[in-house]
Amino acid sequence: MTDDVIRAVLAEHGRLAVDVAALDPDADLYQVGLTSHASVNVMLALEDSFDFEFPEQMLRKRTFESIAAIRAVVDGLTRAEVD
Amino acid sequence: MEEKHDSFRVGVDLVRVADVAETVAHFGDRYLRRIYTEHELASCTGVPEVAAASLAARFAAKEAVLKVLRPAGARPDWRDIEVHRDEVGACEICLTSSAARLAAEAGVTQLAVSLTHEHELAMAVVVAAVSRREVRVA
Repeated sequence: MTDDVIRAVLAEHGRLAVDVAALDPDADLYQVGLTSHASVNVMLALEDSFDFEFPEQMLRKRTFESIAAIRAVVDGLTRAEVD
Repeated sequence: MEEKHDSFRVGVDLVRVADVAETVAHFGDRYLRRIYTEHELASCTGVPEVAAASLAARFAAKEAVLKVLRPAGARPDWRDIEVHRDEVGACEICLTSSAARLAAEAGVTQLAVSLTHEHELAMAVVVAAVSRREVRVA
């Protein structure tokens, strides 16, 4: 479910050069066309989808480097919202 | 007296103006307030296409600054890197908070920036003077 939302966000806002649906969860998103500015769009769209705000310490290139990396951060932040 | 430096770093970044215009149209104020300072927003006026080009140049400047600061961990908030434009249109970089700390740790003693944009693309070049002397961070 979370992966589907992340893939939908990437498909709409990531401006990737490949089909997001076929992307391996560990594939490097910067290697398939994610730019710094597109990653801002992805960040804002993820905040809308999951109803949280990325804290400053999460604003690093590594956070958005793969679907799996985004998933790990989203899981952490949504758990923090619940706790 | 002029500050001594040992080396330079150069950062450059390129942003599509249409990407910024689309982001403004989609996320509006949330995007603008998250990325740009009050001064930057006040500097980026005019018809939407012109404002988007000015914003895109400032985003490129922030990314170019990151390339010279080379953060190993968390990157500074975008608003901690400000493009300050004076009355005659000359721009300089003002760093605050975590961006200023990163610059001090890297030994960056001076920054210079140049911005340019055309209809489709905006670009910024940042040059940093770096001193190898130990810099105390408050």
